[in-house]
Amino acid sequence: MSKTYIPPQLILPVGDRDHSMGTPEANVVLVEYGDYQCPFCGAAYPVVKRVQKELGSQLRFIFRNFPITNAHPFAEWAAETAEAAAAQGKFWPMHDFLYENQRLLGSETPFVKEEASLGLDAARVGREVAQRAYSSRIEEDFMSGVRSGVNGTPTFFINGTRYDGPAEYEELLSSLRRAAKGSGSPKK
Amino acid sequence: MPRIPEAKNSILKAGERAPGFTLNTTPDQSVSLKDFLGRPVVLAFYPADWSPVCTDQMGLYAQVMPEFRRFEAEVLGISVDGIWSHLAFSKDRKLNFPLLADFEPKGAVSQAYGVYEARTGESARALFVIDKKGVIRWSYLSPDGVNPGADGILAALEKLE
Repeated sequence: MSKTYIPPQLILPVGDRDHSMGTPEANVVLVEYGDYQCPFCGAAYPVVKRVQKELGSQLRFIFRNFPITNAHPFAEWAAETAEAAAAQGKFWPMHDFLYENQRLLGSETPFVKEEASLGLDAARVGREVAQRAYSSRIEEDFMSGVRSGVNGTPTFFINGTRYDGPAEYEELLSSLRRAAKGSGSPKK
Repeated sequence: MPRIPEAKNSILKAGERAPGFTLNTTPDQSVSLKDFLGRPVVLAFYPADWSPVCTDQMGLYAQVMPEFRRFEAEVLGISVDGIWSHLAFSKDRKLNFPLLADFEPKGAVSQAYGVYEARTGESARALFVIDKKGVIRWSYLSPDGVNPGADGILAALEKLE
Protein backbone atom coordinates (compact mmCIF):
# COMPACT_ATOMS: atom_id res chain seq x y z
CA MET A 1 0.00 0.00 0.00
CA SER A 2 2.02 2.98 1.22
CA LYS A 3 5.38 3.22 -0.51
CA THR A 4 6.73 5.54 2.12
CA TYR A 5 6.03 3.21 5.02
CA ILE A 6 8.30 3.85 7.95
CA PRO A 7 8.17 1.25 10.72
CA PRO A 8 7.59 2.58 14.24
CA GLN A 9 10.57 3.67 16.32
CA LEU A 10 11.55 2.70 19.84
CA ILE A 11 10.58 5.65 22.04
CA LEU A 12 12.33 4.56 25.24
CA PRO A 13 16.04 4.44 24.43
CA VAL A 14 18.11 1.55 25.68
CA GLY A 15 19.69 2.54 28.97
CA ASP A 16 20.87 1.54 32.40
CA ARG A 17 17.39 0.38 33.41
CA ASP A 18 17.47 -2.40 30.84
CA HIS A 19 18.49 -6.03 31.05
CA SER A 20 21.25 -6.22 28.52
CA MET A 21 23.62 -8.83 27.10
CA GLY A 22 26.68 -7.84 25.14
CA THR A 23 28.77 -4.70 25.27
CA PRO A 24 27.58 -1.11 24.87
CA GLU A 25 30.17 -0.86 22.07
CA ALA A 26 28.25 -3.33 19.91
CA ASN A 27 27.17 -1.79 16.63
CA VAL A 28 23.79 -3.52 16.52
CA VAL A 29 21.23 -3.36 19.30
CA LEU A 30 18.38 -5.86 19.26
CA VAL A 31 15.51 -5.14 21.63
CA GLU A 32 12.86 -7.77 22.24
CA TYR A 33 9.47 -7.14 23.81
CA GLY A 34 8.44 -10.56 25.02
CA ASP A 35 6.00 -12.57 27.08
CA TYR A 36 7.28 -15.67 28.90
CA GLN A 37 4.10 -17.62 28.26
CA CYS A 38 3.78 -16.76 24.56
CA PRO A 39 4.60 -19.78 22.38
CA PHE A 40 5.84 -17.52 19.56
CA CYS A 41 8.35 -15.97 21.99
CA GLY A 42 9.31 -19.48 23.04
CA ALA A 43 9.96 -20.29 19.40
CA ALA A 44 11.99 -17.09 18.95
CA TYR A 45 14.13 -17.77 22.03
CA PRO A 46 16.57 -20.21 20.36
CA VAL A 47 16.65 -17.95 17.28
CA VAL A 48 17.90 -15.06 19.41
CA LYS A 49 20.49 -17.34 21.02
CA ARG A 50 21.72 -18.38 17.58
CA VAL A 51 22.07 -14.85 16.24
CA GLN A 52 23.85 -13.85 19.45
CA LYS A 53 26.32 -16.67 18.95
CA GLU A 54 26.79 -15.84 15.30
CA LEU A 55 27.30 -12.09 15.73
CA GLY A 56 29.25 -12.26 18.98
CA SER A 57 30.47 -8.89 20.22
CA GLN A 58 28.81 -7.04 17.35
CA LEU A 59 25.41 -7.57 18.97
CA ARG A 60 23.86 -6.23 22.13
CA PHE A 61 20.55 -7.81 23.19
CA ILE A 62 17.93 -6.23 25.43
CA PHE A 63 14.82 -7.89 26.80
CA ARG A 64 11.75 -5.93 27.92
CA ASN A 65 8.53 -7.32 29.38
CA PHE A 66 5.33 -7.35 27.40
CA PRO A 67 3.08 -9.77 29.29
CA ILE A 68 -0.22 -10.36 27.53
CA THR A 69 -2.14 -10.94 30.71
CA ASN A 70 -5.58 -11.31 29.14
CA ALA A 71 -4.39 -14.28 27.09
CA HIS A 72 -1.67 -15.73 29.32
CA PRO A 73 -2.53 -16.25 32.99
CA PHE A 74 1.09 -16.95 34.03
CA ALA A 75 2.81 -14.23 31.99
CA GLU A 76 2.76 -11.65 34.77
CA TRP A 77 3.95 -14.17 37.35
CA ALA A 78 6.81 -15.18 35.07
CA ALA A 79 7.79 -11.56 34.41
CA GLU A 80 7.77 -10.84 38.16
CA THR A 81 9.89 -13.95 38.75
CA ALA A 82 12.51 -12.87 36.23
CA GLU A 83 12.60 -9.37 37.70
CA ALA A 84 12.89 -10.74 41.22
CA ALA A 85 15.82 -12.86 40.04
CA ALA A 86 17.29 -9.73 38.44
CA ALA A 87 17.19 -8.00 41.81
CA GLN A 88 19.63 -10.71 42.95
CA GLY A 89 21.77 -10.43 39.84
CA LYS A 90 20.39 -13.44 37.97
CA PHE A 91 18.06 -12.03 35.35
CA TRP A 92 19.44 -13.86 32.32
CA PRO A 93 19.68 -17.32 33.88
CA MET A 94 16.06 -17.03 35.04
CA HIS A 95 14.94 -15.54 31.70
CA ASP A 96 16.51 -18.49 29.91
CA PHE A 97 15.08 -21.01 32.34
CA LEU A 98 11.57 -19.59 31.89
CA TYR A 99 11.77 -19.84 28.10
CA GLU A 100 13.30 -23.29 28.24
CA ASN A 101 10.55 -24.50 30.55
CA GLN A 102 7.47 -22.69 29.29
CA ARG A 103 5.43 -25.86 29.51
CA LEU A 104 6.01 -25.93 33.28
CA LEU A 105 4.45 -22.51 33.84
CA GLY A 106 1.61 -22.79 36.30
CA SER A 107 3.55 -24.96 38.68
CA GLU A 108 5.90 -23.14 41.04
CA THR A 109 8.04 -26.06 42.20
CA PRO A 110 10.46 -26.32 39.25
CA PHE A 111 11.08 -22.58 39.34
CA VAL A 112 11.70 -22.55 43.08
CA LYS A 113 14.18 -25.41 42.59
CA GLU A 114 15.93 -23.46 39.87
CA GLU A 115 16.14 -20.38 42.09
CA ALA A 116 17.87 -22.50 44.71
CA SER A 117 20.30 -24.00 42.21
CA LEU A 118 21.11 -20.50 40.91
CA GLY A 119 21.99 -19.56 44.47
CA LEU A 120 19.08 -17.17 44.82
CA ASP A 121 17.20 -16.47 48.02
CA ALA A 122 14.06 -18.28 46.84
CA ALA A 123 11.99 -17.08 49.78
CA ARG A 124 12.74 -13.50 48.83
CA VAL A 125 11.81 -14.17 45.21
CA GLY A 126 8.54 -15.75 46.33
CA ARG A 127 7.75 -12.81 48.60
CA GLU A 128 8.51 -10.24 45.92
CA VAL A 129 6.48 -12.08 43.29
CA ALA A 130 3.52 -12.33 45.68
CA GLN A 131 3.77 -8.60 46.39
CA ARG A 132 4.20 -7.86 42.68
CA ALA A 133 7.24 -5.87 43.71
CA TYR A 134 8.30 -5.12 40.13
CA SER A 135 4.89 -4.36 38.65
CA SER A 136 5.69 -0.71 37.96
CA ARG A 137 8.81 -1.63 36.05
CA ILE A 138 6.91 -4.28 34.06
CA GLU A 139 4.16 -1.76 33.34
CA GLU A 140 6.78 0.76 32.23
CA ASP A 141 8.25 -1.83 29.85
CA PHE A 142 4.77 -2.65 28.57
CA MET A 143 3.71 0.95 27.97
CA SER A 144 7.03 1.84 26.35
CA GLY A 145 6.29 -1.02 23.95
CA VAL A 146 2.75 0.13 23.29
CA ARG A 147 3.97 3.65 22.53
CA SER A 148 6.69 2.25 20.26
CA GLY A 149 4.30 0.22 18.12
CA VAL A 150 4.63 -3.20 19.70
CA ASN A 151 1.69 -5.06 18.19
CA GLY A 152 2.13 -8.53 19.59
CA THR A 153 4.85 -10.74 20.96
CA PRO A 154 7.61 -11.11 20.23
CA THR A 155 8.28 -7.69 18.72
CA PHE A 156 11.87 -6.80 17.90
CA PHE A 157 13.58 -3.47 17.32
CA ILE A 158 16.89 -3.32 15.48
CA ASN A 159 18.83 -0.16 16.27
CA GLY A 160 15.58 1.43 17.35
CA THR A 161 13.43 0.55 14.34
CA ARG A 162 10.69 -2.07 14.55
CA TYR A 163 11.62 -5.26 12.72
CA ASP A 164 8.55 -6.45 10.82
CA GLY A 165 10.08 -9.62 9.39
CA PRO A 166 9.61 -13.16 10.67
CA ALA A 167 11.28 -14.19 13.92
CA GLU A 168 13.38 -16.76 12.09
CA TYR A 169 17.12 -17.22 11.97
CA GLU A 170 18.03 -16.34 8.37
CA GLU A 171 15.73 -13.33 8.15
CA LEU A 172 16.64 -11.90 11.54
CA LEU A 173 20.36 -12.47 10.99
CA SER A 174 20.38 -10.77 7.59
CA SER A 175 18.49 -7.76 8.97
CA LEU A 176 20.95 -7.52 11.86
CA ARG A 177 23.89 -7.77 9.44
CA ARG A 178 22.42 -5.02 7.29
CA ALA A 179 22.00 -2.83 10.36
CA ALA A 180 25.58 -3.58 11.42
CA LYS A 181 26.88 -2.50 8.02
CA GLY A 182 24.79 0.65 8.09
CA SER A 183 26.11 1.81 11.44
CA GLY A 184 29.64 3.14 11.56
CA SER A 185 29.53 4.04 15.21
CA PRO A 186 27.96 2.47 18.27
CA LYS A 187 24.22 3.00 18.51
CA LYS A 188 22.22 3.90 21.56
CA MET B 1 -33.13 -0.66 8.36
CA PRO B 2 -30.40 1.95 8.42
CA ARG B 3 -29.51 3.85 5.32
CA ILE B 4 -26.53 2.34 3.47
CA PRO B 5 -23.72 4.88 3.38
CA GLU B 6 -21.99 5.72 0.14
CA ALA B 7 -18.93 3.66 -0.79
CA LYS B 8 -15.54 5.41 -1.08
CA ASN B 9 -12.49 4.33 -3.07
CA SER B 10 -9.85 5.55 -0.68
CA ILE B 11 -9.55 5.88 3.06
CA LEU B 12 -11.33 8.89 4.56
CA LYS B 13 -8.92 11.53 5.78
CA ALA B 14 -8.62 13.82 8.79
CA GLY B 15 -11.13 16.66 8.59
CA GLU B 16 -13.89 14.60 6.95
CA ARG B 17 -17.11 13.86 8.76
CA ALA B 18 -17.27 10.26 9.97
CA PRO B 19 -20.09 8.46 8.13
CA GLY B 20 -22.83 7.37 10.52
CA PHE B 21 -23.72 3.70 10.94
CA THR B 22 -25.69 1.26 13.03
CA LEU B 23 -24.30 -2.27 13.31
CA ASN B 24 -25.10 -5.27 15.44
CA THR B 25 -22.73 -6.27 18.17
CA THR B 26 -24.85 -9.11 19.57
CA PRO B 27 -27.99 -10.77 18.18
CA ASP B 28 -30.19 -8.24 19.93
CA GLN B 29 -27.95 -5.23 20.46
CA SER B 30 -26.79 -2.65 17.98
CA VAL B 31 -24.36 0.23 18.24
CA SER B 32 -24.60 3.53 16.38
CA LEU B 33 -21.76 5.95 15.92
CA LYS B 34 -24.02 8.77 17.08
CA ASP B 35 -24.41 7.05 20.48
CA PHE B 36 -20.91 8.28 21.25
CA LEU B 37 -21.19 11.96 20.34
CA GLY B 38 -19.44 13.92 23.05
CA ARG B 39 -16.63 11.38 23.38
CA PRO B 40 -13.74 10.41 21.11
CA VAL B 41 -14.23 7.15 19.22
CA VAL B 42 -11.54 4.80 17.94
CA LEU B 43 -12.70 2.70 14.99
CA ALA B 44 -10.48 -0.29 14.34
CA PHE B 45 -11.29 -2.11 11.11
CA TYR B 46 -9.61 -5.51 10.82
CA PRO B 47 -9.83 -8.38 8.32
CA ALA B 48 -11.13 -11.25 10.40
CA ASP B 49 -11.71 -12.74 13.82
CA TRP B 50 -9.43 -15.63 14.81
CA SER B 51 -6.18 -14.53 13.19
CA PRO B 52 -3.60 -17.11 14.25
CA VAL B 53 -1.28 -15.03 16.41
CA CYS B 54 -0.84 -14.68 20.13
CA THR B 55 -1.82 -11.17 20.64
CA ASP B 56 -3.82 -9.99 17.78
CA GLN B 57 -4.63 -6.37 17.34
CA MET B 58 -7.90 -6.62 19.26
CA GLY B 59 -6.30 -8.45 22.20
CA LEU B 60 -3.69 -5.72 22.42
CA TYR B 61 -6.35 -2.99 22.47
CA ALA B 62 -8.17 -4.82 25.26
CA GLN B 63 -5.02 -4.69 27.31
CA VAL B 64 -4.32 -1.05 26.48
CA MET B 65 -7.92 -0.07 27.37
CA PRO B 66 -6.95 1.79 30.58
CA GLU B 67 -4.84 4.14 28.43
CA PHE B 68 -7.71 4.70 25.97
CA ARG B 69 -10.01 5.38 28.92
CA ARG B 70 -7.74 8.17 30.09
CA PHE B 71 -8.95 10.00 27.01
CA GLU B 72 -12.55 8.84 27.63
CA ALA B 73 -12.33 7.18 24.24
CA GLU B 74 -14.66 4.44 23.12
CA VAL B 75 -13.06 1.65 21.06
CA LEU B 76 -15.08 -0.21 18.42
CA GLY B 77 -13.69 -3.14 16.43
CA ILE B 78 -15.27 -3.74 13.02
CA SER B 79 -14.95 -6.67 10.62
CA VAL B 80 -17.22 -8.44 8.18
CA ASP B 81 -17.56 -11.43 10.53
CA GLY B 82 -21.05 -12.17 11.82
CA ILE B 83 -22.22 -11.64 15.37
CA TRP B 84 -21.77 -15.27 16.44
CA SER B 85 -18.16 -15.29 15.40
CA HIS B 86 -17.65 -11.95 17.14
CA LEU B 87 -19.24 -13.24 20.35
CA ALA B 88 -17.04 -16.34 20.45
CA PHE B 89 -13.91 -14.40 19.51
CA SER B 90 -14.60 -11.69 22.04
CA LYS B 91 -15.11 -14.23 24.81
CA ASP B 92 -12.02 -16.21 23.86
CA ARG B 93 -9.75 -13.14 23.79
CA LYS B 94 -11.43 -11.49 26.78
CA LEU B 95 -12.16 -8.33 24.85
CA ASN B 96 -13.61 -5.43 26.80
CA PHE B 97 -15.04 -3.37 23.94
CA PRO B 98 -17.68 -4.12 21.29
CA LEU B 99 -17.01 -5.84 18.00
CA LEU B 100 -19.36 -4.73 15.26
CA ALA B 101 -20.53 -6.97 12.45
CA ASP B 102 -20.24 -5.24 9.07
CA PHE B 103 -22.04 -8.25 7.76
CA GLU B 104 -25.19 -7.22 5.92
CA PRO B 105 -24.97 -5.58 3.46
CA LYS B 106 -21.48 -7.04 3.57
CA GLY B 107 -18.74 -4.50 4.17
CA ALA B 108 -21.00 -1.47 3.65
CA VAL B 109 -19.51 0.50 6.54
CA SER B 110 -15.96 -0.50 5.58
CA GLN B 111 -16.74 0.76 2.09
CA ALA B 112 -18.13 4.04 3.41
CA TYR B 113 -14.81 4.61 5.20
CA GLY B 114 -12.89 3.60 2.07
CA VAL B 115 -11.25 0.60 3.72
CA TYR B 116 -12.88 -2.41 2.07
CA GLU B 117 -10.65 -4.92 0.25
CA ALA B 118 -12.86 -6.21 -2.55
CA ARG B 119 -10.18 -8.74 -3.52
CA THR B 120 -10.43 -10.63 -0.25
CA GLY B 121 -13.93 -9.56 0.76
CA GLU B 122 -12.61 -8.28 4.07
CA SER B 123 -11.98 -4.96 5.74
CA ALA B 124 -8.45 -3.65 5.53
CA ARG B 125 -6.54 -3.00 8.75
CA ALA B 126 -7.43 0.63 9.20
CA LEU B 127 -7.76 2.94 12.15
CA PHE B 128 -9.78 6.10 12.68
CA VAL B 129 -9.81 8.50 15.60
CA ILE B 130 -13.05 10.49 15.59
CA ASP B 131 -13.47 13.52 17.82
CA LYS B 132 -16.41 14.21 20.09
CA LYS B 133 -18.19 16.11 17.33
CA GLY B 134 -18.02 13.22 14.86
CA VAL B 135 -15.16 14.50 12.72
CA ILE B 136 -12.29 12.23 11.71
CA ARG B 137 -9.09 13.62 13.22
CA TRP B 138 -6.68 10.82 12.23
CA SER B 139 -6.85 7.86 9.91
CA TYR B 140 -4.35 5.17 9.07
CA LEU B 141 -4.33 2.35 6.56
CA SER B 142 -1.88 -0.34 7.59
CA PRO B 143 0.38 -1.90 4.94
CA ASP B 144 -0.52 -5.44 3.91
CA GLY B 145 0.33 -7.96 6.56
CA VAL B 146 1.35 -5.39 9.16
CA ASN B 147 -0.67 -5.34 12.32
CA PRO B 148 -0.78 -1.77 13.61
CA GLY B 149 -0.19 -1.31 17.30
CA ALA B 150 -1.78 1.26 19.55
CA ASP B 151 0.94 3.91 19.24
CA GLY B 152 -0.71 5.91 16.45
CA ILE B 153 -4.10 5.89 18.17
CA LEU B 154 -2.66 7.14 21.45
CA ALA B 155 -0.70 9.88 19.71
CA ALA B 156 -3.87 11.00 17.88
CA LEU B 157 -5.94 10.96 21.08
CA GLU B 158 -3.30 13.06 22.79
CA LYS B 159 -3.57 15.67 20.05
CA LEU B 160 -7.34 15.97 20.52
CA GLU B 161 -6.89 17.48 23.95
